[in-house]
Amino acid sequence: MPSIRHISAKHGDVLLMIGTLKGLFVLRSNAARKKWEVGGPYSYGSPVYAAAFDQRNGRHRLWWGQQSFRWGTILRSSDNFGKTSTEPETYSIKFPTETGLTLKNIWQLRLGRADEPDTLYCGVEPSSLFVSHDNGKSWSLNMGLHNHPHRLKWTPGGGGQCLHTIQLDAKDNKRMFIAMSTGGVYRTDDGGASWNARNKGVRADFLPEKLPEFGQCVHKVVSHPSQPDRLYLQNHWGLYRSDDGGDWWHDIANGVPSDFGFCMAIHPHDPDTVYIVPIESDEYRCTPEGKLRVYRTRNAGRSWEPLSRGLPQKDALEVVLRDGLATDTCGKAGVYFGTRSGKVYGSNDEGRSWQLILGGLPSVVCVKAAVLNGSASHSGKGKGTTSNSHKPRKEKTSKSRKHSARK
Amino acid sequence: MPVTFLIPSYLGSLAGNCTTLFLDSSPKNVHDALAALWHLHPPLRDRIVDEQGAVRQHINVFVGDECIRFTGGLDTPVPENVEISIVPAVSGGIYSLE
Repeated sequence: MPSIRHISAKHGDVLLMIGTLKGLFVLRSNAARKKWEVGGPYSYGSPVYAAAFDQRNGRHRLWWGQQSFRWGTILRSSDNFGKTSTEPETYSIKFPTETGLTLKNIWQLRLGRADEPDTLYCGVEPSSLFVSHDNGKSWSLNMGLHNHPHRLKWTPGGGGQCLHTIQLDAKDNKRMFIAMSTGGVYRTDDGGASWNARNKGVRADFLPEKLPEFGQCVHKVVSHPSQPDRLYLQNHWGLYRSDDGGDWWHDIANGVPSDFGFCMAIHPHDPDTVYIVPIESDEYRCTPEGKLRVYRTRNAGRSWEPLSRGLPQKDALEVVLRDGLATDTCGKAGVYFGTRSGKVYGSNDEGRSWQLILGGLPSVVCVKAAVLNGSASHSGKGKGTTSNSHKPRKEKTSKSRKHSARK
Repeated sequence: MPVTFLIPSYLGSLAGNCTTLFLDSSPKNVHDALAALWHLHPPLRDRIVDEQGAVRQHINVFVGDECIRFTGGLDTPVPENVEISIVPAVSGGIYSLE
């Protein structure tokens, strides 16, 4: 059993949630984002593909999905950054028996809008959307998507048949987007009652018909709250932007070494700025030329620039997976990514320069960032959430003192 | 005691910290035995079987020395005074990533 560490955090601190194939790590820094404390691993030994930090209604609640190849997949939460967490007696996210489906993995957790503070969305494998309106106590399968006639023709990509992206329209509570591999992008305009494929212009090189209505292997979609009709898409071959809510996608692979990749993140304050990490090809899934470079556009995809200061530029055969890139909401945005080889890099200056924050981790499959707000700072000594079906359990620890990130 | 369940320590932590559990009833088959086990210890159900009621892929259930995968699955008869072992399989551990 590893040594489990715990962090404490206060208002203004930055949190990183690093989901790996062997557990969740929680990192903390102050606003300077130069030194990081490391908490975890929580759910040690279990893949954590999804995490979210909920600060609505004064909460400081960490959510994550825990996959166990033995005991199934559960959703956990903690109100003290992981020190204690819920262990549900009965699993809350389950397919109804009549569907004949079983939950394989939780791929995405998305907090509801500010005016729906008890709503959570969850994208899972096999591709399905679950929704909770009571802050995670109970979940229901979105039947509009489940009953979609396309569903039986969605096929799994390399990671399984996963619904990995949930984007909420910040100005229209009835509209949201989901994306899956494979299947592509779907949009609802009626709060999830019905869904329509929104993939026009997106290539599917692996199908006989190269521009099908659906079936694309979309890897990630991002959007900015100030411009919800503008979306960016990293495809399995292809970089795209839509300016009309997904009705049409335009190729924006201008000046990138490859338009294949997995991850994508948007700047928190500038809807024209997007980050990606190109991968050489689907045959050779490593960074091109052995150079680890983040690419950034600051003009909505008309051009891209490499960001490499502080990143290895020789023999760096890395890959950043679809949820492995994130930005924080600081005034000068932080950008973070984790690699399949277990390294976490960060930039505290919007990508201009980078530092290795942490190495030696299991494969990173999820990176999320949050800036702690509100006055409810936490010392890490509290208890997890409790309810009839949720009991807090303390991760066993052999050391309780703080540790700095190792490089 | 008609039936004794032997469970791994992780599950025991969800069953009053006991890894040996006893059923007073006399179930006909494994399905009925597990149903009685869920009744006594509800948290064990979702961890041992999936939404469809099937034993999870990487868990083995033995009646005596026989794995039920080869003796009729959940319909496997349960003799009197038998031990039913719930054992994590040695399989698993490989994950898809991308």
